[in-house]
Order: sequence, then structure tokens, then C-alpha cells
Amino acid sequence: MQQETIVNAICEAAEEVFATMLGAEIVAGRAYTEENQPGERPAGEGLVALIGMAGSWVGTGMFTCSAEFACKAASIMLQCDYAAINEEVLDAVAEIANMIFGNVKTVLEEELGPLGLSIPTVIFGKNFSTRSVGQQMWTVVPLVSGGEPIQIRMFLAPQRGRNPEIRHGFVRPYAVQCD
Amino acid sequence: MELNVLIVDDSAAIRKILMRVLAQTDLPIGEVHEASDGIEALKILETKPVTLLLTDINMPNMDGLQLLTNLRAHPNWKRLSVIMISTEGSQSKVLEAVQLGAKGYVRKPFTAEQIKEKVLASLKASGEC
Repeated sequence: MQQETIVNAICEAAEEVFATMLGAEIVAGRAYTEENQPGERPAGEGLVALIGMAGSWVGTGMFTCSAEFACKAASIMLQCDYAAINEEVLDAVAEIANMIFGNVKTVLEEELGPLGLSIPTVIFGKNFSTRSVGQQMWTVVPLVSGGEPIQIRMFLAPQRGRNPEIRHGFVRPYAVQCD
Repeated sequence: MELNVLIVDDSAAIRKILMRVLAQTDLPIGEVHEASDGIEALKILETKPVTLLLTDINMPNMDGLQLLTNLRAHPNWKRLSVIMISTEGSQSKVLEAVQLGAKGYVRKPFTAEQIKEKVLASLKASGEC
């Protein structure tokens, strides 16, 4: 899977979601890769929406933004004024992430085969960082919308193969004693 | 005749957006019900009259395609107008939905106009308006 394919899929999906649901333009910065480092986080309060992917390839998508952006986005999407983060704002951000990664998934499936998406999880707070287990190379696409920084990150790797010593249908070898 | 609608999506944000879009159409929208998955949707259908169903595909417990399969197998619901609204954009998924009897398919992200257009087309096709 080419890095460029992932970056292009992310940029096109984000552009479409922002334009259609928020009536907003985005400016994509230079995409880069990083190995499982916490990366930049918004100053002050921030949100991270996480979506898992599974299939012949597995991975995670992350959408990161500030609380200010989240409130603005939710206000536009839901046509209500949100001055502070609440359940509805978190739902709106979760859906933005779902639409972006859902569209990315559709593009990547042409090359990788069927992929499943998890239900989004949104984390909100101050002074937190995220980390995934193991060594992974993340594709990072920094964006700016209405002066607000946003980051879309994605990690994707082939599904680990089955252990050939484990019999098909059994998680682990085991013994049964019959009296 | 009033149109009673059931919106099925695990995203509360999407359900809220769709309710607003429906309220802004010129259609005689009656009651609008919400469900967060296919199982909840079937429970609502057992007790409430529904003319139009808007459903996502990817939902926990029972997804949109399984819901559609259940609807088509039920004598009371098999003629229900169903429009799929989903991030799933692959040709195979769209085809599967159409073969299961969906009257329309809208990909997310969507505009209000796209929803209105599909709702009108679906209702005209089924003779509801």
C-alpha cells in the first residue's frame, strides 16, 4: 500500500466531508510519517476520535482537533450553538471521523479487499497523549480549517498470518482427560 | 396523507441532521421515530406505522443490510420505502442494497438536497406522493 494512496485518500475524504457537512475549506499541510510517537496535540483542551479498521489489513485512524473547532463544527452540523463540549459535540466529531475514514476505507478497499470499521471512540480532555502498542508507522496529514489546526493520522498494516502450529479452529492446543 | 418516518443510525448527530432535513422539506411529515440499530428499528415497526425508513448500513447489533433483509421477509413491511444512507460507497454494497429492495442510496457526507431528492423519488416510485 503506497503512502501516497493513503495521503490522497485522506485529503480527498476530508475535503469532501468538510465542504459538504461544514461548508468549510481545508488546507492540507505536508503529510509525513512518524513511528508511533505521540505527535503534536492541540494546546489546551483537545479531542481525539479513534476508529479501528480490520480485515486483510488492520489499523487505526485518528482525528485530532481542538475543543474550539469541535464546538464550531457541531454548531454548523447540528445548527445549534455549542459553547462547550458536551455529548452532542462529541457525537458530531465522532461522525466527522466516521465519514472521513469511511470514505478512506472505500478507496483503500479497491486495493486491499474488504475492510471493516469500528464504532468511533472520542476522547476529550486536557494534557493527554495517546500511544499504540508496538512499532507502527503512522501517516500524518496536518490540516487547517478556519484557522484551526486538525490532524488526521492513520496506521495500516497487513493482518498477521496464522501460526502454522495452531490447528485450524483451536486457539491453543489443549488436552482433555476422559474418565 | 402524512408520512411517518423511521431514522436508523447509531450516530445521534446524523439522526438529528436527518430530522432537521425532513422538517425542511415540503412533504407532509408526520411522526418521526429514531433507532440506533436494526433491532431497535424492528421493535419500533412492530408498534408504530411507518411509511419511510432511512437507514445507515454499518451499525452494531443489526446492520442496515440485515435490517433490509428482515423487512423484505415480513408481510407487513416488505413494501416499506427504504433509503440507505451510508459511508459505504463500494459498488458491491450499493448493488447488494438495491437487490435487497432499497429504493435509494445516499453516500455520506450528504447535502440536504440529496436527501430530499432521494426521499421524493422513493415516495413517487411507491405511489406515496
